[in-house]
Amino acid sequence: MNTVISAENLTKKFGDFTAVDRISFEVFQGEIFGFLGANGAGKTTAMKMLTGLLRPTSGKAQVAGFDVYRQPELIKQHIGYMSQRFSLYEDLTVRENIEFYGGIYGLTFKEIRRKIPQLLHELGLLEVERQLVKSLPLGWKQRLAFSIALIHEPRIVFLDEPTGGVDPITRRQFWETIYQSAAQGITIFVTTHYMDEAEYCHRVSMMAQGKIAALGPPKQLKQEFQAQSMDEIFLSIARGAK
Amino acid sequence: MRQIGIIILKEFFHILRDRRTLLILFGLPVVQILVFGFAITNEIKDARIAILDPSRDQISREVQQRLLSSGYFVLEETAADMDAVLRAFREDRIKMAVIFPSAMQKRFYHDEKVQIQFIADAAEPNTATTLVNYATAIVNDYQMDKLRMDDLPLEIHTEVKMLYNPRMQSVYMFVPGLIVVILTLICAMMTSIALTREKELGTMEVLLVSPVRPFLVILGKVVPYFVLGMIITVMVLLLGRFVFGMPVRGSLALLMAECVLFVLNALALGIFISTRTDSQMVAMMFSLIGLMMPVLLLSGFIFPIESMPWPLQWLSHILPGKWFLIIIKDIMLKGVGFSYVWKETLILIVMLLVILAAGVRNFKIRLA
Repeated sequence: MNTVISAENLTKKFGDFTAVDRISFEVFQGEIFGFLGANGAGKTTAMKMLTGLLRPTSGKAQVAGFDVYRQPELIKQHIGYMSQRFSLYEDLTVRENIEFYGGIYGLTFKEIRRKIPQLLHELGLLEVERQLVKSLPLGWKQRLAFSIALIHEPRIVFLDEPTGGVDPITRRQFWETIYQSAAQGITIFVTTHYMDEAEYCHRVSMMAQGKIAALGPPKQLKQEFQAQSMDEIFLSIARGAK
Repeated sequence: MRQIGIIILKEFFHILRDRRTLLILFGLPVVQILVFGFAITNEIKDARIAILDPSRDQISREVQQRLLSSGYFVLEETAADMDAVLRAFREDRIKMAVIFPSAMQKRFYHDEKVQIQFIADAAEPNTATTLVNYATAIVNDYQMDKLRMDDLPLEIHTEVKMLYNPRMQSVYMFVPGLIVVILTLICAMMTSIALTREKELGTMEVLLVSPVRPFLVILGKVVPYFVLGMIITVMVLLLGRFVFGMPVRGSLALLMAECVLFVLNALALGIFISTRTDSQMVAMMFSLIGLMMPVLLLSGFIFPIESMPWPLQWLSHILPGKWFLIIIKDIMLKGVGFSYVWKETLILIVMLLVILAAGVRNFKIRLA
């Protein structure tokens, strides 16, 4: 299996405070990797280091074959990113949002124009292409944001709590989209608060106090912790942290 | 390079689609200049007065004529006695009363000393002072003419010339002042709001994760406000010129160059503010209270800096707006060239570099 993300003793300190404490893990191509942890456990900081936004204090990490210290710009070109707030411009139309982000990621206008009909068709958004994003239901915005994160055909996509505030049916649909993308060989690195979603991941890691407290496929973790659900594991780890 | 074009284009979409932004951008300058131009003025015309004249001789009539033909005063009432005068004040029909002595002509030629009394409604102190000053000047003028006719050998005659603004028009003051205020508002406030909005919406995060360099993201966001700031400057200059007859005596190119420098200052301030906060509300409050208020009150636009207590005078030195106001007033009114404003220009350049450095430093801290 191809390794697309690897971290070795990756650490980030803010003054005396160690936000991420020597974490090591690998993510393989086409894998859905769940990155869990309570608020303040260091998830966001770790993700920022992997996406080239933050420079680590020490340790090693490679994303898409590029070094996080020396090649953050190259990392940025080869990953997709979707934030929990979907990050669409509400006062631009569906089409303009796609054009804007396509352009930002270095696609030519020709490429963008070629991609748009296909993308809109897949999303079922052809009819609303000229509507402002603010008029769309949340679930549609979510799928649009995901497609936009994939517009430059990255090998890895980072999803930061992509299902926050969305109803269960829409969440379910969204996970189907994620599976489709993974099946095409795209690696999905996803953070979430929903433990039922953790079960959908191929492998999960759980962070507590800056460290990775558990790592493995959900089934294996449940055996290890002798737990019925991911929820139980999450709670025991979070309690152990306090 | 293409990416920055895309960001600029997107920002124009934001601006053109938000009616409130458009209103602030174009409505505000026009309203401000019209309000300041027509409503707020230091000049007083046609103030209603009452006259109490028991003498009714040639001298008193000549003085009255002088007062009433000056254009500043209109006769509301010829009062019969003091009670009538006071009643007119109470009923708010007059702003000032002129009380002549009895037998004025006789006293003027025999005692060589007569007194005319001005009574002003000091419920509005500024108006009262101005009216009394006008009236005193007119009477003095009359006396001078009279003395000259009587062929007195010695006299000292003062002649006043109001340089650069001979008619003491307040437009000459408020057009430069408004340019300072409006550019601060649009460039600093709108920029800080536009930048913090991206943070609030979470789109800034995505832009920073994208391959576009953070510097270009900011530049792309700021360029539209630079363009708008310059368009609005020209708009205000044209309004001042064609509605109020405000001249630009110096070089137009120099004036525009200085405007560019000040706009860059304001943009840098906007960027600086946006690095300190993540909320549009805070950015707006900070721009209004931290920038607009000082610019309005301390730049010398409304209140003269010379008459401020020294802590405020000192404070006014750190406002880019104060230096810019000096520069544009010198260029527009005095018509001076660069050699007269280079010091102020240099101060603005240094300020620009300091603000930019502070903004960049803050931005880096956030990313580190």
